Amino acid sequence: MASVLGTTALSLSDEQAMLMEVARSFVRDQVPIERVREHLESASGFDPAVWAEMVAMGWSGVALPEAVGGAEMGFGAVVPIIEALGFGVVGTPLMSTILAGQLLVDAGAGAVDDRLTAIASGSVATVAFLDGGDWGAPQRSVVVQANGSLSGCKHFVGDALEAAFFVVVCEYEGEPALALVDRSALAAEALTPNALIDLTKRSASIDFSGVKPEQLLTGATVAEGIERYRLYGALLCATEAVGTSHRCLTALVDYMTTRKQFGKLIGSYQALKHPTVDIYCGVEDARSFVYHAATLIDRAADPSDIEIACRMAKASATELIGYAGDRSVQFHGGFGFTWDCDSTLFIRRAQWTRQVFGDAGHHRKHLARLLLDPVINSG
Amino acid sequence: MTESATELKRFAADVDAWMAENVPTQPDFLLPLSFLEVGTEQQLDFLRQWQRTVFEAGFLAMHWPTEYGGQGADPAYQAVVDQALARYNAPILFNTIGLNWVGPLLLDIGSHEQRLRYIRPILSAEEIWCQGFSEPDYGSDLGSVQTRAVRDGDDYVVNGSKIWTTLGNFADHMILLARTTPNLERKYDGLSFFLAPMGIAGVDAQPIRKVTGEYGFNQVFFTDARVPAGTMMEGEGDGWRVAMKTLEYERGVSAGQASGHWIVSTQIDDLIADLKGVQRDGEPLFQDPLVRDDTVKLIMEARAMALGRKRMTVPALNTDYPMGLALSSKYRGTEYARRMKLFGAAMQGGHSALYVDDPGAIRGGFWQRAYFSNFGATIGGGTTQVQANIIAEHVLGLPK
Repeated sequence: MASVLGTTALSLSDEQAMLMEVARSFVRDQVPIERVREHLESASGFDPAVWAEMVAMGWSGVALPEAVGGAEMGFGAVVPIIEALGFGVVGTPLMSTILAGQLLVDAGAGAVDDRLTAIASGSVATVAFLDGGDWGAPQRSVVVQANGSLSGCKHFVGDALEAAFFVVVCEYEGEPALALVDRSALAAEALTPNALIDLTKRSASIDFSGVKPEQLLTGATVAEGIERYRLYGALLCATEAVGTSHRCLTALVDYMTTRKQFGKLIGSYQALKHPTVDIYCGVEDARSFVYHAATLIDRAADPSDIEIACRMAKASATELIGYAGDRSVQFHGGFGFTWDCDSTLFIRRAQWTRQVFGDAGHHRKHLARLLLDPVINSG
Repeated sequence: MTESATELKRFAADVDAWMAENVPTQPDFLLPLSFLEVGTEQQLDFLRQWQRTVFEAGFLAMHWPTEYGGQGADPAYQAVVDQALARYNAPILFNTIGLNWVGPLLLDIGSHEQRLRYIRPILSAEEIWCQGFSEPDYGSDLGSVQTRAVRDGDDYVVNGSKIWTTLGNFADHMILLARTTPNLERKYDGLSFFLAPMGIAGVDAQPIRKVTGEYGFNQVFFTDARVPAGTMMEGEGDGWRVAMKTLEYERGVSAGQASGHWIVSTQIDDLIADLKGVQRDGEPLFQDPLVRDDTVKLIMEARAMALGRKRMTVPALNTDYPMGLALSSKYRGTEYARRMKLFGAAMQGGHSALYVDDPGAIRGGFWQRAYFSNFGATIGGGTTQVQANIIAEHVLGLPK
């Protein structure tokens, strides 16, 4: 009987280590949390100067082929960057753009080089994926009609207002397809922004009805690309959550080592101490899953191993940030309940992270299929 | 493949062949699940013989120096052996306190003479070791131990009592933490550490029965027992430091143990295999959505710990909390094992009510016994709750 415990491949390349170093100092020096807070209630949610610097460092193209101006460092190179941005609670369109670029690489077979070149040089792109609130649905209710135009709406499209173009997951002649739509092809009223629980994130519903896509991608690679998009999206959201949970932990420890009650530092009370230790252990676990998944992706490992690793990363990080954000508000006492306490950012991020690309239960359900069914159906 | 990797692979094949040939079949009496439950002479004789066989084959403490009985090999070789022992479901290497705590301690801070005197009999299981740290009134609060050792000529006269002393009734030696100077301002400074003989007058070990129904630990009484002064490790008053070093080996924070095969390997894979046939609501157990979800959670936890052990070898991924993964491994591992074994015991429907003596029990009541037995791991060597304090204070920097 094969072990359900599986592979433990986990490594970090010199390039990844360097990117981690650079991204961490960038967040520490350039994007302190006060700067993040300045944009919580703006339309875009981020500072264009910060985004411009990230693009100048090549982050939007870090995993893209050199031929389109990327660094071709592999998808695993994205992970230390996103982790550092998560630590800073920095909201920019980087994750949406990277995922859109990767989907085009996986599904596009060379026909999309101009789009990838645009992404590498800083064009914001995003995937219009959800038909509604169900992350587990096939997402094919937007259909390419006989006249070549689209019908239907997409929901919760990340960074939609900032995007220069959209990769729309849709259906063409009964098969999954990707329609590329420029922002300029949409009327202003086609976009309805959401009021999101995470103040550093932005999304909108988009009515694509009547829009003629500039390009339509079809074929077997599209279906595979969409499945990978689900997993890579889960992985990057998990990665970001690891960073944010780590930040939450450090903020909590800072408070617990300075705030006194009943004449003692509150960090000396075991009722606070032990749950904080569990947050710490959760950070270590989720971080291991994230770098494990990144390692498998860069080694082009067995697809089911990659799927297992990405799903474990998301299930683990979702539970972690939910717990960390919740306890952070509680352990900060009255101050924790205020807008000015950073726990507000953490607990709001946690609610957003939980659902995006599927919650923990969704991923565990698939993990049960992947891990248990082969074993219980054998012998 | 590098030359050493090729060699290691060849070695693994040799080990496999040896195991197939030499691992004994299950005797007609129950063997203990870990070194903590060696309760009968019959078990002792069987396990002593088995450890000796493994040692004489050259498969024990392979990474220890040859002059003390090791092979001077890379630790990877012992890891290969330990994995094979688990895979072949081999009996445990039970002289654990000697093999994994005292041996590494002697190699670390012992003298050449002490190493020559003690290490080889530890490996061959000719001499059994126990640990005299906890007392009836002081377990987790080890710094407060009260057993007195008073210098008298060439001996220390020891009076007091130690408890939860695993293997105490069979042991030839005890690592003994005793108070040589009472009433100091810093209580830790009054402690000393002895490699005390057990076969002397005035030492009496009384076995204590456990929640599992088995024996394995003892209360040891010292009544004017004369422990030779020459068995002291380091100097008078250094006992706390030596004891803390011992605990690093005991808790797996420091490496160098002779073998990891001190407990019957129990994995989530075994749980699935044993419970596959159980029915729940008229369907196979593992079709139940809630059971599936709980099982996946356990698989994830096991995998997270395995990945954590791997990540410890990647320095760039340990910069935030350099000792964190090592210091939390006992906390995580023992609690995980407890919950996993409980799940195995609890998911048997009506059979969950049976215990080891019932012929109808699933796998002889293994999971029920394993669950109870595992409290030895979550309590011994510093309870889970003390471990959480250690992580809070030493990894996160929270105040005492």
